[in-house]
Amino acid sequence: MAAINRDDVAHLAQLAHIEMSAEELDRMAGELAVIVDSVKSVSEAAGDDVPATSHPIPLTNVFREDVVGHTFTAEQSLSGAPDAYEGRFKVPAILDED
Amino acid sequence: MTDATLSFEEAMEKYDPVLGFEVHVELNTKTKMFSSAPNVFGDEPNTNVNEVDLGMPGVLPVVNKTAIESSIKIGLALNCKIAERCRFARKNYFYPDTPKNFQTSQYDEPIAYDGYLDIELSDGTMFRVEIERAHMEEDAGKLTHMGGATGRIQGADYSLVDYNRSGVPLVEIVTKPIEGAGSRAPELAKAYVAAVREIVKNLGVSDAKMERGNVRCDANVSLRPHGRERFGIRSETKNVNSLRAVEHAVRYEIQRHAAVLDSGEPVTQETRHWHEDTRTTTSGRAKSDADDYRYFPEPDLVPITASREWVEELRATLPEPPAARRKRLQADWGYSDLEFRDVVNAGVMDEIEETIAAGATATVARKWWMGEIVGRAKNADVDPGQLGVAPATIVELNQMVEDGKINNKMATEVLDGVLAGEGTPAEIVEKRGLAVVSDDAPLLEAIDAALAAQPGVADKIRGGKIQAIGAIVGAVMKATRGQADAGRVKELILERLGV
Repeated sequence: MAAINRDDVAHLAQLAHIEMSAEELDRMAGELAVIVDSVKSVSEAAGDDVPATSHPIPLTNVFREDVVGHTFTAEQSLSGAPDAYEGRFKVPAILDED
Repeated sequence: MTDATLSFEEAMEKYDPVLGFEVHVELNTKTKMFSSAPNVFGDEPNTNVNEVDLGMPGVLPVVNKTAIESSIKIGLALNCKIAERCRFARKNYFYPDTPKNFQTSQYDEPIAYDGYLDIELSDGTMFRVEIERAHMEEDAGKLTHMGGATGRIQGADYSLVDYNRSGVPLVEIVTKPIEGAGSRAPELAKAYVAAVREIVKNLGVSDAKMERGNVRCDANVSLRPHGRERFGIRSETKNVNSLRAVEHAVRYEIQRHAAVLDSGEPVTQETRHWHEDTRTTTSGRAKSDADDYRYFPEPDLVPITASREWVEELRATLPEPPAARRKRLQADWGYSDLEFRDVVNAGVMDEIEETIAAGATATVARKWWMGEIVGRAKNADVDPGQLGVAPATIVELNQMVEDGKINNKMATEVLDGVLAGEGTPAEIVEKRGLAVVSDDAPLLEAIDAALAAQPGVADKIRGGKIQAIGAIVGAVMKATRGQADAGRVKELILERLGV
Protein backbone atom coordinates (compact mmCIF):
# COMPACT_ATOMS: atom_id res chain seq x y z
CA MET A 1 0.00 0.00 0.00
CA ALA A 2 1.32 3.41 -0.92
CA ALA A 3 2.01 5.77 1.95
CA ILE A 4 -0.59 8.40 2.79
CA ASN A 5 0.52 11.85 1.73
CA ARG A 6 -0.88 15.29 2.37
CA ASP A 7 -2.88 15.37 -0.88
CA ASP A 8 -4.58 12.10 0.01
CA VAL A 9 -5.67 13.52 3.34
CA ALA A 10 -6.96 16.69 1.70
CA HIS A 11 -8.96 14.59 -0.76
CA LEU A 12 -10.42 12.41 2.00
CA ALA A 13 -11.33 15.50 4.00
CA GLN A 14 -13.18 16.85 1.00
CA LEU A 15 -15.08 13.57 0.50
CA ALA A 16 -16.05 13.58 4.17
CA HIS A 17 -17.04 17.27 4.11
CA ILE A 18 -14.52 18.01 6.86
CA GLU A 19 -12.76 21.35 6.84
CA MET A 20 -9.07 21.03 7.75
CA SER A 21 -6.43 23.69 8.18
CA ALA A 22 -3.00 23.41 6.58
CA GLU A 23 -1.50 22.44 9.94
CA GLU A 24 -4.10 19.76 10.53
CA LEU A 25 -3.44 18.31 7.08
CA ASP A 26 0.28 18.12 7.78
CA ARG A 27 -0.22 16.50 11.17
CA MET A 28 -2.88 14.07 9.96
CA ALA A 29 -0.78 12.99 6.99
CA GLY A 30 1.96 11.95 9.40
CA GLU A 31 -0.39 10.20 11.83
CA LEU A 32 -2.30 8.34 9.14
CA ALA A 33 0.95 7.19 7.59
CA VAL A 34 1.90 5.56 10.89
CA ILE A 35 -1.51 3.89 11.18
CA VAL A 36 -1.39 2.58 7.61
CA ASP A 37 2.10 1.22 8.25
CA SER A 38 0.89 -0.59 11.35
CA VAL A 39 -2.05 -2.15 9.54
CA LYS A 40 0.31 -3.17 6.76
CA SER A 41 2.01 -5.59 9.14
CA VAL A 42 -1.07 -7.82 8.76
CA SER A 43 -0.02 -8.60 5.19
CA GLU A 44 3.26 -9.97 6.54
CA ALA A 45 1.37 -12.52 8.64
CA ALA A 46 -1.26 -13.47 6.03
CA GLY A 47 0.23 -14.85 2.82
CA ASP A 48 -1.43 -15.10 -0.58
CA ASP A 49 -2.96 -18.43 0.41
CA VAL A 50 -5.13 -16.81 3.08
CA PRO A 51 -8.38 -15.49 1.54
CA ALA A 52 -9.54 -12.02 2.51
CA THR A 53 -12.24 -12.18 5.12
CA SER A 54 -15.02 -9.77 5.93
CA HIS A 55 -16.40 -11.70 8.88
CA PRO A 56 -14.62 -13.72 11.58
CA ILE A 57 -17.27 -16.44 11.88
CA PRO A 58 -17.85 -18.79 8.91
CA LEU A 59 -21.59 -18.22 8.74
CA THR A 60 -23.74 -17.62 5.65
CA ASN A 61 -27.40 -16.87 4.96
CA VAL A 62 -28.51 -15.27 8.17
CA PHE A 63 -31.98 -14.19 7.12
CA ARG A 64 -35.06 -12.54 8.50
CA GLU A 65 -38.58 -13.46 7.33
CA ASP A 66 -40.40 -10.62 5.55
CA VAL A 67 -42.65 -9.73 8.48
CA VAL A 68 -43.32 -6.17 9.64
CA GLY A 69 -41.94 -5.28 13.06
CA HIS A 70 -41.87 -2.16 15.19
CA THR A 71 -41.56 1.39 13.87
CA PHE A 72 -41.02 4.82 15.38
CA THR A 73 -43.51 7.65 15.40
CA ALA A 74 -42.33 10.76 13.57
CA GLU A 75 -41.83 12.39 16.96
CA GLN A 76 -39.58 9.54 18.11
CA SER A 77 -37.67 9.58 14.82
CA LEU A 78 -36.94 13.28 15.15
CA SER A 79 -36.28 13.30 18.91
CA GLY A 80 -32.51 13.42 18.48
CA ALA A 81 -32.46 15.74 15.49
CA PRO A 82 -30.81 19.16 15.84
CA ASP A 83 -33.54 20.64 13.67
CA ALA A 84 -36.80 19.45 12.14
CA TYR A 85 -39.67 20.84 10.12
CA GLU A 86 -43.08 19.30 9.40
CA GLY A 87 -42.11 15.81 10.44
CA ARG A 88 -38.84 15.85 8.54
CA PHE A 89 -35.20 16.30 9.41
CA LYS A 90 -33.96 19.76 8.48
CA VAL A 91 -30.38 19.82 7.22
CA PRO A 92 -28.15 22.39 5.54
CA ALA A 93 -28.31 22.28 1.76
CA ILE A 94 -25.31 20.47 0.34
CA LEU A 95 -24.52 21.42 -3.21
CA ASP A 96 -23.07 19.55 -6.11
CA GLU A 97 -24.29 16.13 -5.18
CA ASP A 98 -27.10 14.17 -6.70
CA MET B 1 -27.38 28.19 -19.82
CA THR B 2 -28.46 26.27 -22.85
CA ASP B 3 -26.00 23.84 -24.34
CA ALA B 4 -25.43 23.77 -28.08
CA THR B 5 -26.87 20.80 -29.94
CA LEU B 6 -26.67 19.40 -33.44
CA SER B 7 -29.75 18.08 -35.17
CA PHE B 8 -30.23 14.38 -34.48
CA GLU B 9 -29.80 13.56 -38.17
CA GLU B 10 -26.51 15.41 -38.40
CA ALA B 11 -25.27 13.80 -35.18
CA MET B 12 -26.07 10.39 -36.66
CA GLU B 13 -24.25 11.18 -39.89
CA LYS B 14 -21.07 11.90 -38.00
CA TYR B 15 -21.17 9.75 -34.90
CA ASP B 16 -22.04 6.34 -33.55
CA PRO B 17 -23.74 6.29 -30.13
CA VAL B 18 -22.86 3.85 -27.37
CA LEU B 19 -25.40 3.48 -24.57
CA GLY B 20 -25.43 2.01 -21.10
CA PHE B 21 -28.16 1.82 -18.48
CA GLU B 22 -28.40 1.46 -14.76
CA VAL B 23 -31.96 0.65 -13.84
CA HIS B 24 -32.93 0.65 -10.17
CA VAL B 25 -35.90 -1.52 -9.28
CA GLU B 26 -37.59 -1.10 -5.90
CA LEU B 27 -38.80 -4.45 -4.63
CA ASN B 28 -42.33 -4.72 -3.20
CA THR B 29 -41.39 -6.74 -0.14
CA LYS B 30 -43.45 -6.06 2.97
CA THR B 31 -40.39 -4.87 4.87
CA LYS B 32 -37.09 -3.21 4.14
CA MET B 33 -33.85 -4.80 3.00
CA PHE B 34 -32.16 -4.87 6.40
CA SER B 35 -34.88 -3.87 8.87
CA SER B 36 -38.41 -4.98 9.70
CA ALA B 37 -39.87 -1.51 9.14
CA PRO B 38 -42.64 -1.51 6.52
CA ASN B 39 -41.87 -0.83 2.87
CA VAL B 40 -44.87 1.37 2.06
CA PHE B 41 -45.14 4.36 -0.26
CA GLY B 42 -46.90 7.58 0.63
CA ASP B 43 -47.15 7.42 4.45
CA GLU B 44 -46.42 10.28 6.86
CA PRO B 45 -42.71 11.18 6.79
CA ASN B 46 -40.36 9.33 9.12
CA THR B 47 -42.96 6.86 10.39
CA ASN B 48 -41.91 3.77 8.40
CA VAL B 49 -38.54 3.68 10.10
CA ASN B 50 -36.84 2.15 13.07
CA GLU B 51 -33.37 2.43 14.58
CA VAL B 52 -31.74 0.51 11.71
CA ASP B 53 -33.14 2.81 9.00
CA LEU B 54 -32.06 5.88 10.96
CA GLY B 55 -28.52 4.53 11.26
CA MET B 56 -28.36 4.74 15.04
CA PRO B 57 -25.17 3.66 16.79
CA GLY B 58 -24.80 -0.03 17.51
CA VAL B 59 -27.68 -1.31 15.38
CA LEU B 60 -27.25 -4.38 13.22
CA PRO B 61 -28.86 -5.10 9.85
CA VAL B 62 -30.52 -8.45 9.12
CA VAL B 63 -31.16 -9.50 5.52
CA ASN B 64 -34.74 -9.89 4.27
CA LYS B 65 -35.01 -13.40 2.79
CA THR B 66 -37.81 -12.47 0.40
CA ALA B 67 -35.67 -9.65 -1.02
CA ILE B 68 -32.92 -12.17 -1.78
CA GLU B 69 -35.41 -14.47 -3.49
CA SER B 70 -36.83 -11.58 -5.53
CA SER B 71 -33.31 -10.58 -6.56
CA ILE B 72 -32.50 -14.10 -7.70
CA LYS B 73 -35.75 -14.20 -9.68
CA ILE B 74 -34.84 -10.95 -11.41
CA GLY B 75 -31.40 -12.36 -12.20
CA LEU B 76 -32.93 -15.51 -13.68
CA ALA B 77 -35.46 -13.53 -15.73
CA LEU B 78 -32.56 -11.51 -17.16
CA ASN B 79 -30.80 -14.75 -18.17
CA CYS B 80 -28.04 -14.10 -15.62
CA LYS B 81 -25.81 -16.49 -13.77
CA ILE B 82 -26.59 -16.53 -10.06
CA ALA B 83 -23.53 -16.26 -7.82
CA GLU B 84 -23.02 -19.30 -5.61
CA ARG B 85 -21.63 -16.93 -3.04
CA CYS B 86 -21.82 -13.17 -2.77
CA ARG B 87 -21.61 -10.49 -0.13
CA PHE B 88 -22.58 -6.94 0.68
CA ALA B 89 -20.26 -3.96 0.70
CA ARG B 90 -20.32 -0.47 2.10
CA LYS B 91 -20.38 2.38 -0.38
CA ASN B 92 -19.18 5.35 1.63
CA TYR B 93 -20.43 8.84 0.95
CA PHE B 94 -21.48 11.75 3.08
CA TYR B 95 -24.87 13.08 2.17
CA PRO B 96 -28.02 13.48 4.25
CA ASP B 97 -30.09 11.00 2.21
CA THR B 98 -28.31 8.20 4.03
CA PRO B 99 -28.03 8.58 7.80
CA LYS B 100 -25.34 5.87 8.10
CA ASN B 101 -22.92 7.74 5.82
CA PHE B 102 -22.74 4.65 3.68
CA GLN B 103 -25.13 2.73 1.49
CA THR B 104 -25.15 -1.02 1.90
CA SER B 105 -24.70 -2.34 -1.61
CA GLN B 106 -22.78 -5.00 -3.49
CA TYR B 107 -19.52 -4.25 -5.20
CA ASP B 108 -17.18 -6.96 -6.43
CA GLU B 109 -19.63 -9.81 -5.79
CA PRO B 110 -23.09 -9.11 -7.27
CA ILE B 111 -25.78 -11.75 -6.80
CA ALA B 112 -26.41 -12.01 -10.58
CA TYR B 113 -24.14 -11.41 -13.56
CA ASP B 114 -23.59 -12.09 -17.27
CA GLY B 115 -27.13 -12.02 -18.59
CA TYR B 116 -28.95 -10.61 -21.59
CA LEU B 117 -32.32 -9.36 -22.67
CA ASP B 118 -33.69 -9.52 -26.20
CA ILE B 119 -35.51 -6.31 -26.96
CA GLU B 120 -38.12 -6.01 -29.69
CA LEU B 121 -38.31 -2.61 -31.37
CA SER B 122 -41.59 -1.24 -32.72
CA ASP B 123 -41.07 -2.67 -36.20
CA GLY B 124 -40.21 -6.12 -34.89
CA THR B 125 -36.41 -5.78 -35.09
CA MET B 126 -34.75 -7.74 -32.27
CA PHE B 127 -31.83 -6.23 -30.40
CA ARG B 128 -29.84 -8.06 -27.72
CA VAL B 129 -28.78 -6.03 -24.68
CA GLU B 130 -26.09 -7.69 -22.58
CA ILE B 131 -26.51 -7.45 -18.83
CA GLU B 132 -23.30 -6.94 -16.88
CA ARG B 133 -24.75 -7.52 -13.43
CA ALA B 134 -27.74 -7.15 -11.15
CA HIS B 135 -26.85 -6.37 -7.58
CA MET B 136 -28.74 -5.76 -4.35
CA GLU B 137 -28.68 -2.57 -2.36
CA GLU B 138 -30.89 -0.29 -0.31
CA ASP B 139 -32.69 2.87 -1.31
CA ALA B 140 -31.84 6.22 0.27
CA GLY B 141 -34.13 8.70 2.02
CA LYS B 142 -35.97 11.40 0.13
CA LEU B 143 -34.62 14.95 0.17
CA THR B 144 -36.71 18.01 -0.56
CA HIS B 145 -34.69 21.12 -1.27
CA MET B 146 -36.27 24.25 0.18
CA GLY B 147 -35.75 27.90 -0.54
CA GLY B 148 -33.89 29.21 -3.55
CA ALA B 149 -35.79 30.12 -6.66
CA THR B 150 -36.60 26.83 -8.31
CA GLY B 151 -36.81 24.07 -5.73
CA ARG B 152 -33.86 22.50 -7.47
CA ILE B 153 -30.72 21.81 -5.53
CA GLN B 154 -28.86 24.82 -6.91
CA GLY B 155 -29.66 27.77 -4.70
CA ALA B 156 -31.52 25.81 -2.01
CA ASP B 157 -31.24 27.16 1.55
CA TYR B 158 -31.84 23.87 3.35
CA SER B 159 -33.16 20.40 2.75
CA LEU B 160 -35.83 18.32 4.47
CA VAL B 161 -35.31 14.59 4.83
CA ASP B 162 -37.84 11.78 5.01
CA TYR B 163 -36.26 8.38 5.72
CA ASN B 164 -39.34 6.27 4.94
CA ARG B 165 -37.66 5.17 1.71
CA SER B 166 -34.36 4.59 3.44
CA GLY B 167 -33.59 0.87 3.35
CA VAL B 168 -36.21 -0.11 0.76
CA PRO B 169 -34.74 -3.08 -1.15
CA LEU B 170 -33.35 -2.21 -4.56
CA VAL B 171 -31.94 -4.26 -7.37
CA GLU B 172 -29.68 -2.31 -9.70
CA ILE B 173 -29.45 -3.75 -13.20
CA VAL B 174 -26.38 -2.65 -15.14
CA THR B 175 -25.93 -3.26 -18.86
CA LYS B 176 -22.71 -3.74 -20.73
CA PRO B 177 -21.98 -0.98 -23.27
CA ILE B 178 -24.64 -1.20 -25.97
CA GLU B 179 -23.16 -0.71 -29.43
CA GLY B 180 -24.68 -0.74 -32.88
CA ALA B 181 -28.06 0.80 -32.19
CA GLY B 182 -27.27 3.78 -34.44
CA SER B 183 -30.18 6.12 -35.01
CA ARG B 184 -32.46 3.73 -33.16
CA ALA B 185 -30.62 4.37 -29.88
CA PRO B 186 -33.38 6.55 -28.35
CA GLU B 187 -36.04 4.01 -29.29
CA LEU B 188 -33.93 1.15 -27.97
CA ALA B 189 -33.41 3.02 -24.70
CA LYS B 190 -37.14 3.33 -24.19
CA ALA B 191 -37.81 -0.26 -25.24
CA TYR B 192 -35.11 -1.63 -22.92
CA VAL B 193 -36.44 0.16 -19.84
CA ALA B 194 -39.98 -0.85 -20.81
CA ALA B 195 -38.86 -4.49 -21.06
CA VAL B 196 -37.17 -4.42 -17.65
CA ARG B 197 -40.25 -2.85 -16.12
CA GLU B 198 -42.49 -5.44 -17.76
CA ILE B 199 -40.30 -8.29 -16.48
CA VAL B 200 -40.22 -7.18 -12.84
CA LYS B 201 -43.94 -6.50 -12.92
CA ASN B 202 -44.61 -9.90 -14.45
CA LEU B 203 -42.44 -11.53 -11.78
CA GLY B 204 -44.53 -9.79 -9.13
CA VAL B 205 -41.39 -8.58 -7.34
CA SER B 206 -41.99 -4.85 -7.87
CA ASP B 207 -45.00 -2.57 -8.27
CA ALA B 208 -43.02 -1.22 -11.25
CA LYS B 209 -44.68 2.20 -11.23
CA MET B 210 -42.21 4.61 -12.75
CA GLU B 211 -44.20 7.64 -11.58
CA ARG B 212 -43.59 6.48 -8.02
CA GLY B 213 -39.93 5.81 -8.58
CA ASN B 214 -40.29 2.01 -8.38
CA VAL B 215 -38.24 1.82 -11.57
CA ARG B 216 -35.62 4.52 -12.14
CA CYS B 217 -33.15 4.82 -14.95
CA ASP B 218 -29.71 6.39 -15.26
CA ALA B 219 -28.77 6.63 -18.93
CA ASN B 220 -25.15 6.67 -20.11
CA VAL B 221 -24.44 8.07 -23.53
CA SER B 222 -21.20 8.48 -25.45
CA LEU B 223 -20.39 9.09 -29.09
CA ARG B 224 -17.51 8.04 -31.29
CA PRO B 225 -16.83 8.80 -34.94
CA HIS B 226 -18.07 6.07 -37.28
CA GLY B 227 -15.52 3.31 -37.62
CA ARG B 228 -13.67 4.00 -34.40
CA GLU B 229 -13.58 1.19 -31.87
CA ARG B 230 -12.60 3.13 -28.75
CA PHE B 231 -15.53 4.54 -26.79
CA GLY B 232 -15.95 8.27 -26.36
CA ILE B 233 -16.29 9.95 -22.98
CA ARG B 234 -19.71 9.37 -21.49
CA SER B 235 -22.23 11.38 -19.55
CA GLU B 236 -24.64 9.81 -17.09
CA THR B 237 -28.09 11.35 -17.00
CA LYS B 238 -29.60 10.57 -13.60
CA ASN B 239 -33.13 9.66 -12.64
CA VAL B 240 -34.87 9.66 -15.96
CA ASN B 241 -38.15 8.43 -14.68
CA SER B 242 -40.60 7.86 -17.48
CA LEU B 243 -40.30 5.81 -20.65
CA ARG B 244 -40.84 8.87 -22.79
CA ALA B 245 -38.17 10.77 -20.85
CA VAL B 246 -35.64 7.94 -21.37
CA GLU B 247 -36.11 8.24 -25.12
CA HIS B 248 -35.90 12.04 -25.07
CA ALA B 249 -32.92 12.17 -22.72
CA VAL B 250 -30.85 9.80 -24.87
CA ARG B 251 -31.75 11.72 -27.99
CA TYR B 252 -30.88 15.05 -26.37
CA GLU B 253 -27.54 13.80 -25.00
CA ILE B 254 -26.59 12.45 -28.44
CA GLN B 255 -27.30 15.86 -29.95
CA ARG B 256 -25.42 17.68 -27.18
CA HIS B 257 -22.36 15.39 -27.31
CA ALA B 258 -22.23 15.79 -31.09
CA ALA B 259 -22.11 19.58 -30.75
CA VAL B 260 -19.33 19.37 -28.12
CA LEU B 261 -17.27 17.00 -30.27
CA ASP B 262 -17.88 19.13 -33.36
CA SER B 263 -16.45 22.15 -31.55
CA GLY B 264 -13.23 20.19 -31.03
CA GLU B 265 -13.65 20.01 -27.25
CA PRO B 266 -13.68 16.78 -25.26
CA VAL B 267 -16.94 15.74 -23.60
CA THR B 268 -16.81 16.17 -19.82
CA GLN B 269 -17.35 12.98 -17.87
CA GLU B 270 -20.10 14.01 -15.48
CA THR B 271 -23.60 13.34 -14.27
CA ARG B 272 -26.39 15.30 -15.90
CA HIS B 273 -29.80 16.23 -14.53
CA TRP B 274 -32.83 15.68 -16.76
CA HIS B 275 -35.47 18.42 -16.97
CA GLU B 276 -38.79 17.22 -18.27
CA ASP B 277 -40.13 20.75 -18.80
CA THR B 278 -37.43 21.83 -21.25
CA ARG B 279 -36.42 18.32 -22.36
CA THR B 280 -32.80 19.17 -21.76
CA THR B 281 -30.09 18.14 -19.32
CA THR B 282 -27.87 20.33 -17.19
CA SER B 283 -24.50 19.60 -15.68
CA GLY B 284 -24.47 17.86 -12.31
CA ARG B 285 -21.28 17.00 -10.55
CA ALA B 286 -18.10 15.55 -11.95
CA LYS B 287 -18.38 11.80 -11.67
CA SER B 288 -16.67 10.37 -8.60
CA ASP B 289 -14.18 7.62 -9.09
CA ALA B 290 -15.23 4.30 -7.62
CA ASP B 291 -12.19 4.76 -5.35
CA ASP B 292 -13.86 7.78 -3.79
CA TYR B 293 -16.60 5.55 -2.42
CA ARG B 294 -13.99 3.47 -0.56
CA TYR B 295 -15.98 0.28 -0.92
CA PHE B 296 -15.20 -2.43 1.59
CA PRO B 297 -16.96 -5.66 2.59
CA GLU B 298 -19.84 -5.07 5.03
CA PRO B 299 -18.62 -6.50 8.35
CA ASP B 300 -22.13 -6.59 9.87
CA LEU B 301 -23.54 -9.01 7.31
CA VAL B 302 -22.47 -12.55 6.50
CA PRO B 303 -22.17 -13.74 2.89
CA ILE B 304 -25.12 -15.08 0.90
CA THR B 305 -24.79 -18.52 -0.64
CA ALA B 306 -27.34 -19.54 -3.24
CA SER B 307 -27.34 -23.34 -3.52
CA ARG B 308 -28.17 -24.68 -6.96
CA GLU B 309 -31.22 -26.40 -5.46
CA TRP B 310 -32.55 -23.10 -4.14
CA VAL B 311 -31.93 -21.38 -7.48
CA GLU B 312 -33.74 -24.16 -9.35
CA GLU B 313 -36.64 -24.02 -6.90
CA LEU B 314 -36.97 -20.32 -7.61
CA ARG B 315 -36.60 -20.83 -11.35
CA ALA B 316 -39.53 -23.24 -11.24
CA THR B 317 -41.74 -20.49 -9.81
CA LEU B 318 -41.02 -18.01 -12.61
CA PRO B 319 -44.04 -17.03 -14.71
CA GLU B 320 -43.90 -17.29 -18.50
CA PRO B 321 -41.65 -14.44 -19.71
CA PRO B 322 -43.58 -11.62 -21.41
CA ALA B 323 -41.76 -12.08 -24.74
CA ALA B 324 -42.44 -15.84 -24.79
CA ARG B 325 -46.07 -15.25 -23.94
CA ARG B 326 -46.44 -12.84 -26.86
CA LYS B 327 -44.91 -15.39 -29.19
CA ARG B 328 -47.27 -18.11 -27.97
CA LEU B 329 -50.37 -15.94 -28.22
CA GLN B 330 -49.53 -14.77 -31.73
CA ALA B 331 -49.12 -18.37 -32.88
CA ASP B 332 -52.36 -19.43 -31.14
CA TRP B 333 -54.36 -16.59 -32.63
CA GLY B 334 -52.88 -16.79 -36.11
CA TYR B 335 -52.32 -13.03 -36.38
CA SER B 336 -49.77 -11.68 -38.84
CA ASP B 337 -46.71 -9.90 -37.40
CA LEU B 338 -48.23 -6.56 -38.25
CA GLU B 339 -51.62 -7.40 -36.80
CA PHE B 340 -50.07 -8.68 -33.60
CA ARG B 341 -47.74 -5.70 -33.22
CA ASP B 342 -50.70 -3.35 -33.61
CA VAL B 343 -52.54 -5.26 -30.89
CA VAL B 344 -49.52 -5.01 -28.55
CA ASN B 345 -48.93 -1.33 -29.28
CA ALA B 346 -52.61 -0.60 -28.72
CA GLY B 347 -52.33 -2.30 -25.32
CA VAL B 348 -55.19 -4.76 -25.79
CA MET B 349 -53.36 -8.11 -25.77
CA ASP B 350 -54.75 -9.09 -22.36
CA GLU B 351 -58.26 -7.99 -23.33
CA ILE B 352 -58.20 -10.01 -26.53
CA GLU B 353 -56.95 -13.04 -24.62
CA GLU B 354 -59.86 -12.71 -22.17
CA THR B 355 -62.37 -12.20 -24.97
CA ILE B 356 -61.19 -15.37 -26.69
CA ALA B 357 -61.40 -17.21 -23.38
CA ALA B 358 -65.01 -15.98 -23.09
CA GLY B 359 -65.85 -17.73 -26.37
CA ALA B 360 -65.01 -15.37 -29.25
CA THR B 361 -62.78 -16.41 -32.14
CA ALA B 362 -59.42 -14.66 -32.46
CA THR B 363 -60.65 -12.82 -35.56
CA VAL B 364 -63.81 -11.58 -33.89
CA ALA B 365 -61.94 -10.48 -30.77
CA ARG B 366 -59.45 -8.51 -32.83
CA LYS B 367 -62.18 -6.97 -34.97
CA TRP B 368 -63.99 -5.59 -31.93
CA TRP B 369 -61.00 -4.45 -29.90
CA MET B 370 -58.94 -3.00 -32.73
CA GLY B 371 -61.82 -1.90 -34.97
CA GLU B 372 -64.15 -0.40 -32.40
CA ILE B 373 -62.92 -0.14 -28.85
CA VAL B 374 -59.36 1.18 -29.29
CA GLY B 375 -60.62 4.19 -31.24
CA ARG B 376 -63.27 4.96 -28.63
CA ALA B 377 -60.66 4.71 -25.87
CA LYS B 378 -58.42 7.10 -27.75
CA ASN B 379 -61.25 9.61 -28.03
CA ALA B 380 -61.93 9.27 -24.32
CA ASP B 381 -58.17 9.50 -23.59
CA VAL B 382 -58.10 6.34 -21.48
CA ASP B 383 -56.55 2.89 -21.88
CA PRO B 384 -58.83 0.53 -23.84
CA GLY B 385 -59.10 -1.79 -20.82
CA GLN B 386 -60.40 1.09 -18.73
CA LEU B 387 -63.52 1.57 -20.84
CA GLY B 388 -65.09 -1.30 -18.99
CA VAL B 389 -66.14 -3.48 -21.91
CA ALA B 390 -66.53 -7.01 -20.54
CA PRO B 391 -65.34 -9.88 -22.75
CA ALA B 392 -68.82 -11.42 -22.42
CA THR B 393 -70.36 -8.28 -23.93
CA ILE B 394 -68.35 -8.72 -27.08
CA VAL B 395 -69.27 -12.38 -27.30
CA GLU B 396 -72.95 -11.49 -26.90
CA LEU B 397 -72.83 -8.71 -29.49
CA ASN B 398 -71.11 -10.93 -31.99
CA GLN B 399 -73.63 -13.71 -31.43
CA MET B 400 -76.49 -11.31 -32.19
CA VAL B 401 -74.84 -10.34 -35.47
CA GLU B 402 -74.23 -13.96 -36.41
CA ASP B 403 -77.82 -14.85 -35.62
CA GLY B 404 -78.96 -12.07 -37.92
CA LYS B 405 -80.78 -10.24 -35.12
CA ILE B 406 -78.81 -7.09 -35.69
CA ASN B 407 -76.33 -5.99 -38.34
CA ASN B 408 -72.81 -4.70 -37.84
CA LYS B 409 -73.84 -1.08 -37.88
CA MET B 410 -76.42 -1.68 -35.18
CA ALA B 411 -73.90 -3.63 -33.18
CA THR B 412 -71.62 -0.60 -32.94
CA GLU B 413 -74.61 1.43 -31.81
CA VAL B 414 -75.29 -1.17 -29.12
CA LEU B 415 -71.64 -0.97 -28.07
CA ASP B 416 -72.02 2.77 -27.61
CA GLY B 417 -75.07 2.05 -25.49
CA VAL B 418 -73.09 -0.37 -23.35
CA LEU B 419 -70.35 2.24 -22.87
CA ALA B 420 -73.00 4.80 -21.93
CA GLY B 421 -74.18 2.40 -19.22
CA GLU B 422 -77.56 1.66 -20.77
CA GLY B 423 -77.42 -2.02 -19.89
CA THR B 424 -76.59 -5.31 -21.55
CA PRO B 425 -76.63 -5.63 -25.35
CA ALA B 426 -79.97 -7.46 -25.25
CA GLU B 427 -81.52 -4.72 -23.14
CA ILE B 428 -80.19 -2.00 -25.44
CA VAL B 429 -81.49 -3.72 -28.58
CA GLU B 430 -84.88 -3.92 -26.90
CA LYS B 431 -84.87 -0.35 -25.58
CA ARG B 432 -83.67 1.28 -28.79
CA GLY B 433 -85.91 -0.87 -30.96
CA LEU B 434 -82.98 -2.14 -32.97
CA ALA B 435 -83.73 -5.18 -35.06
CA VAL B 436 -82.97 -6.20 -38.58
CA VAL B 437 -85.98 -5.92 -40.88
CA SER B 438 -86.42 -9.51 -41.93
CA ASP B 439 -89.75 -9.31 -43.66
CA ASP B 440 -88.99 -9.11 -47.40
CA ALA B 441 -92.03 -6.99 -48.36
CA PRO B 442 -90.81 -3.62 -47.08
CA LEU B 443 -87.35 -4.43 -48.46
CA LEU B 444 -88.70 -5.18 -51.94
CA GLU B 445 -90.64 -1.94 -51.87
CA ALA B 446 -87.45 -0.02 -51.06
CA ILE B 447 -85.49 -1.96 -53.68
CA ASP B 448 -88.03 -1.21 -56.42
CA ALA B 449 -87.94 2.45 -55.51
CA ALA B 450 -84.13 2.51 -55.59
CA LEU B 451 -83.96 0.69 -58.94
CA ALA B 452 -86.50 3.06 -60.45
CA ALA B 453 -84.55 6.05 -59.20
CA GLN B 454 -81.27 4.77 -60.66
CA PRO B 455 -82.11 3.01 -63.95
CA GLY B 456 -78.53 3.36 -65.21
CA VAL B 457 -77.23 1.38 -62.27
CA ALA B 458 -79.87 -1.28 -62.77
CA ASP B 459 -78.71 -1.65 -66.41
CA LYS B 460 -75.09 -2.00 -65.34
CA ILE B 461 -75.92 -4.77 -62.90
CA ARG B 462 -78.01 -6.55 -65.55
CA GLY B 463 -75.03 -6.21 -67.88
CA GLY B 464 -72.84 -8.11 -65.38
CA LYS B 465 -71.24 -5.25 -63.45
CA ILE B 466 -72.27 -6.75 -60.13
CA GLN B 467 -70.08 -4.38 -58.10
CA ALA B 468 -72.40 -1.52 -59.08
CA ILE B 469 -74.93 -3.08 -56.69
CA GLY B 470 -73.44 -1.05 -53.83
CA ALA B 471 -75.32 2.06 -54.89
CA ILE B 472 -78.68 0.27 -54.71
CA VAL B 473 -77.86 -1.46 -51.43
CA GLY B 474 -76.86 1.92 -49.98
CA ALA B 475 -80.12 3.49 -51.05
CA VAL B 476 -82.12 0.64 -49.51
CA MET B 477 -80.19 0.81 -46.25
CA LYS B 478 -80.84 4.51 -46.13
CA ALA B 479 -84.55 4.02 -46.80
CA THR B 480 -84.77 1.43 -43.99
CA ARG B 481 -82.65 3.56 -41.67
CA GLY B 482 -79.98 0.90 -41.51
CA GLN B 483 -82.27 -1.77 -40.17
CA ALA B 484 -82.03 -4.08 -43.14
CA ASP B 485 -79.68 -7.05 -43.44
CA ALA B 486 -77.36 -5.94 -46.23
CA GLY B 487 -76.72 -9.53 -47.34
CA ARG B 488 -80.42 -10.21 -47.77
CA VAL B 489 -80.88 -6.91 -49.62
CA LYS B 490 -78.20 -7.93 -52.11
CA GLU B 491 -79.85 -11.28 -52.72
CA LEU B 492 -83.22 -9.66 -53.32
CA ILE B 493 -81.82 -7.07 -55.75
CA LEU B 494 -80.18 -9.79 -57.85
CA GLU B 495 -83.37 -11.80 -57.75
CA ARG B 496 -85.39 -8.75 -58.83
CA LEU B 497 -83.09 -8.09 -61.78
CA GLY B 498 -82.96 -11.75 -62.73
CA VAL B 499 -79.18 -11.84 -62.56
